[in-house]
Parts: sequence; C-alpha cells; structure tokens
Amino acid sequence: MIPLSWYLGLSALLFTIGAVGVFIKRNAITIFLCIELMLNAVNLTFVALSSYFGDMGGQLFVFIVMTVAAAEAAVGLAIIISIFRNRESLNVDEADSLKL
Amino acid sequence: MEKALFIIFAVVSVAAALNILLQRNPLYSALSLVGTLIALSALYVMLRAQFIAAIQIVVYAGAIMVLFVFVIMLLNAPKEAPYIEKHKALRFLAIPFAGLLIAEAFYVIRLVKPIQMPASDDSAQAVGTTLSVGTKLFTDYLLPFEVTSVLILMAIVGAMVLARRGED
Repeated sequence: MIPLSWYLGLSALLFTIGAVGVFIKRNAITIFLCIELMLNAVNLTFVALSSYFGDMGGQLFVFIVMTVAAAEAAVGLAIIISIFRNRESLNVDEADSLKL
Repeated sequence: MEKALFIIFAVVSVAAALNILLQRNPLYSALSLVGTLIALSALYVMLRAQFIAAIQIVVYAGAIMVLFVFVIMLLNAPKEAPYIEKHKALRFLAIPFAGLLIAEAFYVIRLVKPIQMPASDDSAQAVGTTLSVGTKLFTDYLLPFEVTSVLILMAIVGAMVLARRGED
C-alpha cells in the first residue's frame, strides 16, 4: 500500500512545475499548457484523497474539473487566436494593452 | 511491486512535465503534456479510479490536447524568442520575495494539524467504476452536472464569438 503522502508530494511537485512554467515562459500557448498541468496536479490530489477516504465525491469533482478545463481551453485558445491575429506574435510580453 | 510502479509513473510524469518547460517549440511541449497525462492516468488506475483514468485518456489527451495541437499548427507560431530583460533591478528584488514565500509555506505546513486517516483496509476504498461514478453523478451530484452543461454551452458560444473574424 502506497502512503498517501507520496501521491500528495507528487501532486505538489507537478503543481510547482506548472506554476514555474507560468512564470518563466513567454509563449502564450506554453503558459496555457502549464495551467493544464496545474489542473492535473490538483486532479491527482482529488483522486488520491477520494480513494484513501473511500468517498466518491473527489472523483466526481475531477470529472467537473475536466469539464471546466475543456471550457477554459476552448475560450482561452480562441482568445489566443484573436490576439495572434492582431499582433502576429504569441509573446505575452508584447500583448501588454487591453485594446486590440 | 505497487511502489515500483508508482515510482516509474511518477518519474515519467515529472520528467515529461519538466520537458514542457525545457522545450522551446510549443508543439513539443504539448506532446510532453500528453506524456504527463498518460502517466497520471496510470496512477488513477492504481488508485482504483478506472473511469477517471479512461476519461483522462479519451477527453484530456484525446480531445483537449488535439485542440491545442490544432491551434499550434493553425497559428504556425514562431519559436520562443530569446528573452530580453527589461527590468534588471527586479531580479535582486526577487530573492527576498522568494525567501518570504518559502517562509510562508513552511509556516503554513507547521500550522496544519495531522488529519485522522481512516483504516487502510481495502474494503473502505472507493472504486471508481462507470457504474458507481454514474450512480453518484445522476443522484447526489445532479445539480453540479447540470450547471456544468450550462458552462459548456457558454464556452461554445464564447469561443465562437471570440475566434470569428470581425466583419467591421
């Protein structure tokens, strides 16, 4: 039986990698991928706790988090396409004004 | 055996996650994220969440990542440009703030009380088969499920409005 703390540690590590990526990356799509990584790290926590506490609620929450991630990806990528059309660049440092 | 499997999949997921940061081409980053997703799905199977593991592959690695790859190829984005530092002074400000953040994290970790773990016999574990997830989803969690469908509808409309070419 694997201790619960292993899963929580792995999840924290993946979340940290995702957060570091959001800070250091400048390509908008890569930043988006790092956000997905953070969502997945949280999902791992949900599933691990759900399994160790014998409660199905955590797994259902993962289901909902995935739906939110899909919705977020659709809207976020649409925003990225629209920014790229106006600026010809995916560098977030160049997209520094709200006006298109 | 179980621990060995955990370590293998954990190493794969962390290595793929680090590769996301190391690659300069976003397409390679996206493929690395697929690797992380597949390793995590294996961990879900070990946690007896078979349905979530299948959904992870089908919906996440299959659908959401395809959307990402579509957009990356559609935009034909240039590789990440080398970084030009604009505010050099901020670099020295970063160190004390990072120290503060780490100190806060340790303070919070010390503050948290250990939780009472339930007995670790196998019968107490939740098994996430399609039947058990579906039963729970359409009885106790019906309202969140319906709200999620409204959210998806909003995302569809929002994505179409944002991505269409303006007629003006």
